[in-house]
Amino acid sequence: MKAPGDRAEDAALRAARPRGEPERFGDLQRERQARLLHAIRDAAVAAAMAFGLFVLMVGLRTDVGPSGELFLRTRWADVAILCGIVFAGRLLLNLWYASRAARAPARPGRLAAALGAAGQALGPALLAAALVLPFIPGIGRYELDLGILVLTYVMLGWGLNIVVGLAGLLDLGYVAFYAVGAYSYALLATSFGLSFWVCLPLAGMLAAFWGILLGFPVLRLRGDYLAIVTLAFGEIIRIVITNWVSLTGGPNGIGGIPRPTFFGLSFSLSGEPDTFAGFFGLEPSSQHRVIFLYYLILALSLLTNWVTLRLRRQPLGRAWEALREDEIACRALGINIRNTKLSAFAIGAMFGGFAGAFFATRQSFISPESFTFIESAIILSIVVLGGMGSQLGVAIAATIMIGGFELFRDLEEWRMLVFGAAMVLIMVWRPRGLVGTRTPSVALGKKRDIDADLVGEGRG
Amino acid sequence: MSETAIPVLRRTPVPDRREMILEVSSLTMRFGGLTAVNQVSFAAGRGEITALIGPNGAGKTTVFNCITGFYRPTSGAVRLHRRGELPVELHRLPGHRIARAGLARTFQNIRLFPGMTALENLLVAQHNRLMAATGWGIGAVLGISGYPRAEREAIESAKRWLAATRLTERADDPAGALPYGAQRRLEIARAMCVNAPDGPGLLCLDEPAAGLNPRESEELGKLLLEIRDSGTSILLIEHDMGVVMRISNRVVVMDHGRLIADGTPAEVRADAKVIAAYLGEGDEDS
Repeated sequence: MKAPGDRAEDAALRAARPRGEPERFGDLQRERQARLLHAIRDAAVAAAMAFGLFVLMVGLRTDVGPSGELFLRTRWADVAILCGIVFAGRLLLNLWYASRAARAPARPGRLAAALGAAGQALGPALLAAALVLPFIPGIGRYELDLGILVLTYVMLGWGLNIVVGLAGLLDLGYVAFYAVGAYSYALLATSFGLSFWVCLPLAGMLAAFWGILLGFPVLRLRGDYLAIVTLAFGEIIRIVITNWVSLTGGPNGIGGIPRPTFFGLSFSLSGEPDTFAGFFGLEPSSQHRVIFLYYLILALSLLTNWVTLRLRRQPLGRAWEALREDEIACRALGINIRNTKLSAFAIGAMFGGFAGAFFATRQSFISPESFTFIESAIILSIVVLGGMGSQLGVAIAATIMIGGFELFRDLEEWRMLVFGAAMVLIMVWRPRGLVGTRTPSVALGKKRDIDADLVGEGRG
Repeated sequence: MSETAIPVLRRTPVPDRREMILEVSSLTMRFGGLTAVNQVSFAAGRGEITALIGPNGAGKTTVFNCITGFYRPTSGAVRLHRRGELPVELHRLPGHRIARAGLARTFQNIRLFPGMTALENLLVAQHNRLMAATGWGIGAVLGISGYPRAEREAIESAKRWLAATRLTERADDPAGALPYGAQRRLEIARAMCVNAPDGPGLLCLDEPAAGLNPRESEELGKLLLEIRDSGTSILLIEHDMGVVMRISNRVVVMDHGRLIADGTPAEVRADAKVIAAYLGEGDEDS
């Protein structure tokens, strides 16, 4: 392949010496001719193949004559037209490929590098924006509710990221742990009157327990099989919740779940001294509770992020990533694969459980409808779209996906179409997600991001 | 490479003759009706390099996989001998316990963690020791365990092995981006980081010279000799006879699933059965 500069040089050479040494130009010419010849030959083969097919399918046709007898009708012109179309189409396609291959390949990872550079500042900027959001003028109840929703999904995404992104275990039933957390809190709070702060760790522990329970049978499975079993697990949990009416209320759900309190101060509007507003001498406002919930989910998701980031720099996190890269090598190095996988399931599930408990206290009503497969799918798309293993990518993807969902509410049923198209486009442009590069957990010198092509995706 | 010191404790300067580190006795492995390995017995000496050779399909890799716990032998035993302790029955251990017993391996087709840096690869190899230092992971997350010190030590071990394999410059490069020869060396370094800082008692290498050019093979031979002299015994499968004959203390030859010769390189080279196996015999399909 010759660069455009070479071509210009060729032209200059010819202009300067019209009769002298046309070799290089000749080479180029020959190369171009060879490419054209190859394209034509390939198109001719395609046309011949088309002819072989169409000669029987189109060329010959039995019709019923006017008197009821069958006769053979030939349509050679149609066959010729079809073969011509195939030939022309194939030729154009070939020439297009050839011209595309001739051009220098686009520098890969330019966008990634730009994103990486911006990412250094983007993370803190997003965090700062999230911290001051409730106090930005013009941010009302609706925006805060949306913020809470987005942060819930950010937290779920970060939780699932441990399982899918770091350990490389494809989990299609993550919503099950979200449901376990939500129902744990709802049942403990309504039956035993335990407070949110007692129930939160319990919900996390129960979800982690179920994570381990799911982990055991699926340890031997890989890839598609793992995905199917986790999918089934998610459905089993939902169906059990729907049908175990005496415990969970079945499809009617559980209502009247206690709201969280601010160190024992409730957020009621009565203005009594034992309420939040009364204690701090504020004007009672329904906004207080929303702001509190906002900061609660922000703190929970930051906890998830902090734990994940810490774990990534430790043997456990490194073993997860090594497991994603090559399970057999892990075994040869003496890593207990079973325990490592179970720990990933358990810790991922625990954060799902925390998010579920938060969801229950925020809604104060839960029913199995909130824990359908589509939730798992959304959380998984957030992780995949964000870039598996990338914390920042997941946060951005959650904001785009959940925020975008709300933003395009006016499009009504078209919104799913827009959404699907956007997903397809992103996957075409950035098949490894928004942030596909991997940051090493430790370095002797400066940490340099590892290109997405080298990083494994995990096969279970 | 010779100027970089190999960082392992020198256990005994001169091993007494034929003290076993690995004992393979009557090992048989059947896959359905096929007997890949038939009643194979041999021993690898402590402080020695033992080579396992044979024509393609002789069952070398199967023996290797039985020793390293990737296959469970149909019958027979594999024992790892340790000074002052009872031998470990490797064929009864679950896969991940074998490395903890002091046996590390590499793979014929390199199995690094391509998306992790060379340094990270070496740290993953020290997983068990580091994990013990984290206090079940919880202590280290909260920052209240002795983990940072353990990690510093692990990085020191890794650095020494990076130096020994001439990979210090590439420590922060992803393993998948290293050239082929460097990947081979990194895999050996990673195996040597198992059970660091002492290193594994026995290093099993599956065709370490495959795909290397003559100069790289030469270097590999030197590296293996240094590893042996530092106290880790070596068992290797190899096709490169130059390397095998130059560095091995003992050569075990297999053909069609059976052991056909076991002796010093000179003895094996003169063995009629070995020559027949390699050159083919009238009545055998070679």
